[in-house]
Amino acid sequence: MNTTAAAPPVTTTAETAFRRPNYLNAAYGVRSWLLTRDHKRIAILYLISVTTFFAIGSLFALLIRLELLTPEGDLFQPDTYNRLFTMHGVVMVFFFLIPAIPAVLGNFLVPLMIGAKDLAFPKLNLASWYVYNLGGIFTLWAIIHGGVDTGWTFYTPFSTHYSNTYVIATALGIFINGFSTIFTGLNFIVTIHRMRAPGLTWFRLPLFIWATYATSVIIVLGTPVIAITLLLVAVEKTFHLGIFDPALGGDPVLFQHMFWFYSHPAVYIMILPAMGVESELIAAFARKRIVGYKVVAFASIAIAVLGFLVWGHHMFVAGESIYAATIFSVLSMLVAIPSAVKVFNWTATLYQGSISFQTPMLYALGFIGLFTLGGLTGVMVATLGFDVHVHDTYFVVAHFHYIMVGGTIMGYLGGLHYWWPKISGKLYPAFLSKLAALLVFVGFNLTFFPQFILGYLGMPRRYWSYPPEFQVLNVLSTAGASILGVGYLLPLCYFIWSMRYGKDSGDNPWGAVGLEWDTTSPPPTENFYTTPVVTHGPYEYNREEVHNRMSQEVTLG
Amino acid sequence: MRSSFPLFPDSASTHAGTVDAIFIIWSLVSIFFTALIAGLIVYFMARYRRRHSEEVGANEEVSVWLEIAWSVIPLAICLAMFVWGTRSFFDLYRPPADAVEYTAIGRQWMWKIQHPEGQREIDTLHVPVGQSIKMKLASEDVIHSFYIPAFRIKQDAVPGRYTSIWFRASKPGVYHLFCAEYCGAEHSRMIGSVIVMEPRDYQNWLAGGSAGKSMVASGGDLFQSLACVTCHRAGATGRLARGPALEGVFGSPVKLVDGRTVIADDNYVRESILNPTAKVVAGWDPVMPTFQGQVTEEQLSQLIAYVRSLGPIGSAPAGGTGGTPAGTTTADSPSAATTPQTAGPGAPQ
Amino acid sequence: MASSPLVDPHATQAHHRALAHQFDSLDQQKESSTLGMWLFLVTEIMFFGGLFTAYVIYRTLYPQAFALASHTLNVPLGGANTAILIGSSLTMVLAIWAAQVNWRKGIALFLLATIALGATFLGIKSVEYREKFETHHVPGPSFHFVPESEHVKVTDPQLERHASIFFSLYFIMTGLHALHMIIGIGILAVLTVLAWKGKYDSEYHNPLEMTGLYWHFVDIVWIFLFPLLYLLGAHAR
Repeated sequence: MNTTAAAPPVTTTAETAFRRPNYLNAAYGVRSWLLTRDHKRIAILYLISVTTFFAIGSLFALLIRLELLTPEGDLFQPDTYNRLFTMHGVVMVFFFLIPAIPAVLGNFLVPLMIGAKDLAFPKLNLASWYVYNLGGIFTLWAIIHGGVDTGWTFYTPFSTHYSNTYVIATALGIFINGFSTIFTGLNFIVTIHRMRAPGLTWFRLPLFIWATYATSVIIVLGTPVIAITLLLVAVEKTFHLGIFDPALGGDPVLFQHMFWFYSHPAVYIMILPAMGVESELIAAFARKRIVGYKVVAFASIAIAVLGFLVWGHHMFVAGESIYAATIFSVLSMLVAIPSAVKVFNWTATLYQGSISFQTPMLYALGFIGLFTLGGLTGVMVATLGFDVHVHDTYFVVAHFHYIMVGGTIMGYLGGLHYWWPKISGKLYPAFLSKLAALLVFVGFNLTFFPQFILGYLGMPRRYWSYPPEFQVLNVLSTAGASILGVGYLLPLCYFIWSMRYGKDSGDNPWGAVGLEWDTTSPPPTENFYTTPVVTHGPYEYNREEVHNRMSQEVTLG
Repeated sequence: MRSSFPLFPDSASTHAGTVDAIFIIWSLVSIFFTALIAGLIVYFMARYRRRHSEEVGANEEVSVWLEIAWSVIPLAICLAMFVWGTRSFFDLYRPPADAVEYTAIGRQWMWKIQHPEGQREIDTLHVPVGQSIKMKLASEDVIHSFYIPAFRIKQDAVPGRYTSIWFRASKPGVYHLFCAEYCGAEHSRMIGSVIVMEPRDYQNWLAGGSAGKSMVASGGDLFQSLACVTCHRAGATGRLARGPALEGVFGSPVKLVDGRTVIADDNYVRESILNPTAKVVAGWDPVMPTFQGQVTEEQLSQLIAYVRSLGPIGSAPAGGTGGTPAGTTTADSPSAATTPQTAGPGAPQ
Repeated sequence: MASSPLVDPHATQAHHRALAHQFDSLDQQKESSTLGMWLFLVTEIMFFGGLFTAYVIYRTLYPQAFALASHTLNVPLGGANTAILIGSSLTMVLAIWAAQVNWRKGIALFLLATIALGATFLGIKSVEYREKFETHHVPGPSFHFVPESEHVKVTDPQLERHASIFFSLYFIMTGLHALHMIIGIGILAVLTVLAWKGKYDSEYHNPLEMTGLYWHFVDIVWIFLFPLLYLLGAHAR
């Protein structure tokens, strides 16, 4: 991190900054983007694709909430509604939540944070984007031709022998998409192992890198299992085999085991990178070393390992043996401990910090609150006797949305706001962005908190119509969803706006430390002008040379 | 009687109180920790807000003891809740000895319910207050889930095997019956009512309902019409004895050809009817044909009810002794299946 | 430096034509691709692992059907294929040895031998598949299965159904394995052309080593498949 001196003199006037060579102006034209091997450009490509799928998934969510405004199913036919929630789940889980932070922020930041010129396998990285889109097109094809109605969980024998929708095309889309995830995860592991800058030891790595590393391990170990499981479903459906079909001697619960062996760790694929982002944001906006750095780092690894041992908690009422259920219950509680430890460490980091309330920090603080509630309700549903009542009800729906939306999306948006000046070299409007953060927080809670109550009252999930006494809470939830929708639209608008009209950000608008802030914004194609040499940990704010850069800080707006 | 805007569900079973207690305690714990974190954040935000742009945070590390404390305290709370939750879970799968067995068979998209007395209902379940009832569940097509929120119980009905759960209703009233596992187009209409009645009202209802034969009687008819009786005949000897007599078998351990011993529970009898040679009783030839496809799920339940009703004959011992974990059972106290055990072979000895 | 920010720090060093821009040295590049390849093989293990798990579970559930169905597989052909694959692993290793001693034509020759052995494997496999079609052992509408010997005492009333699970798994497992072989042969063909053109030498033959790892992996999968599908439980008949 001593490279500041070697970088060209930082200028803040728009004109000179714009002319400075960077990855955005290194080449022009569609070909220069579609054939790029620059991890930063691939991150931008991913940003566009992932945002598109997020928009599609959100549209489904909005239609679901619209239908649930009234107890009678009066907006759609039940078939249509079933397709809506299935496609919402498929698109959001496989095409947004899993790739969002690793493929966009991870792709952009991993080489920058470890002082490398690029990822280890740039061509593989580009291939992963194409494969992702190929999988997406298969899935979109299925949506356009009538969708799929099995739920994103594809439970057998419904999916294999009763559903007449496009199960195979969707499964194939997810299968293909799996390769893209694997390519990204594999690339990250190799890059983090082999391409760190001189002096950058494991315990000098930013916590985002630790989290990304743990995520990549889960990706590499888990994704092939969902691939083979969905392949078996597709083969069984095509050739009418009996692998999971009880009528032919197969075992439907075996499918659930194989499915959740991946799909539960997949939750940690979604949340771990968000935890990594969270650590970066807290450190940067409290200007302080993360308390218990090693504890937080190892907590990521512990979550990755334990996450593979808890899949059975999805089958507590599916006819699993009660002794197996007991073991899965206690392991599920253990996995909550590293998460709790992280929350405490982040909170403790604020103590004696120098806290600034820029937009990314608002997301970071919101993340802690929502993730805490999501995590605590997670331990509740791991409690056996309790889970019997709330399993497959809106309580579970609310719980995992607190983790996936309250956790992952808050982390993703926070990260995007934090590194946007790094990505684009531009600032976004302060007031609007803070308003958006507030809308997201309020809208989110209004949408999903009532669902906890609905779930405890007993409203099952995936219901197209429901008993009338549940209506008030459903109306609240739908109202919240519309606020949430506005909260998501705003950043899309002002990010695009800022690319053309935004104020120039300078190299380091937050006065943050970290290798990624030691180069220019936006960075040049090969990231650094000279290979950085690292002599200390990632969050050292109490140093002489750091003080100099504080004066660069820009207040938004 | 239902409020139009309830915030807490009806509690109408003896089990509901435990779940509610877990829920309330957990909620208090959650509120405490969320408030603690939120309070600390707000306090730190105010106390340590940045005052000038060059200010940096102090590089304080927390003490090791603090790290240990905030790891161990949540762990202790979790483990305590784990023990509590697991105990209440185990109770759900260990019906008391006096439990009466009802059957619910799920199919797209209805619940078909049979009372032990032979009464049949669709999407409605009448039960008396205070009676322990074991619901035996099966499915004819996809996976369904039998869910009564007011009783705080839920159990999947999985095709190809039996699962079960029990409850004791504690408050008369009309409650929801839901299917909780997504099962296709009309999933949200696979709902019904549970009507909890005073025992006297329940008896009146039984008397006034369509007079069907009892489960046992229907099973006995089937036992004749399917010619089970020709082989499984009590007291037969010599050439006539082609299969073991079934009197007193249910609920007791059975020694198999391959040396294993299994408990003759619902799933065992079911398997023996559909897949007779999977677990052949020691001393007999595997000559029984399969009845797969010849009996419906409902008839299977009736046959099993009949087999269970066959008490010991003459001097034949009543089966299991105190050593069996399932508990000894008689015709009146079917409590063999302690777990929602899978039906597959390979069950432990 | 500040005046010429885009100077490539490596521009002045002599570096190998095969060194990619993101790496500092050939060693780093080789270490990276080796680690990457091993990780890829880990994903492959997990992929086949799912299948093996399903196989083991059903084998335990339906031992007789699986034993009888397994008995219909052609052990001599399977055994021959095992020998052929092990031989192809040997020629693959020899190709890398040829690169290490700078025998450029040797590389191409041994790669060709590997391709030939791989193709022989697939040929024998297709003979076996044809046999299955002729005896109606392919799961589907025309599936038909009776034990070969009349003296077998069938204790599994759903023998045919359970045997069809065996054959389903047989075709999925060997089919996916064959697909891996075909991909491997394609890669080997490209490498042969490049080797013939003299792209590989003792200093740089990384692609050969990576493909070798992949080829050995495919070989090892077969070494698990063969006993599992062909040999295990043959005594049960």
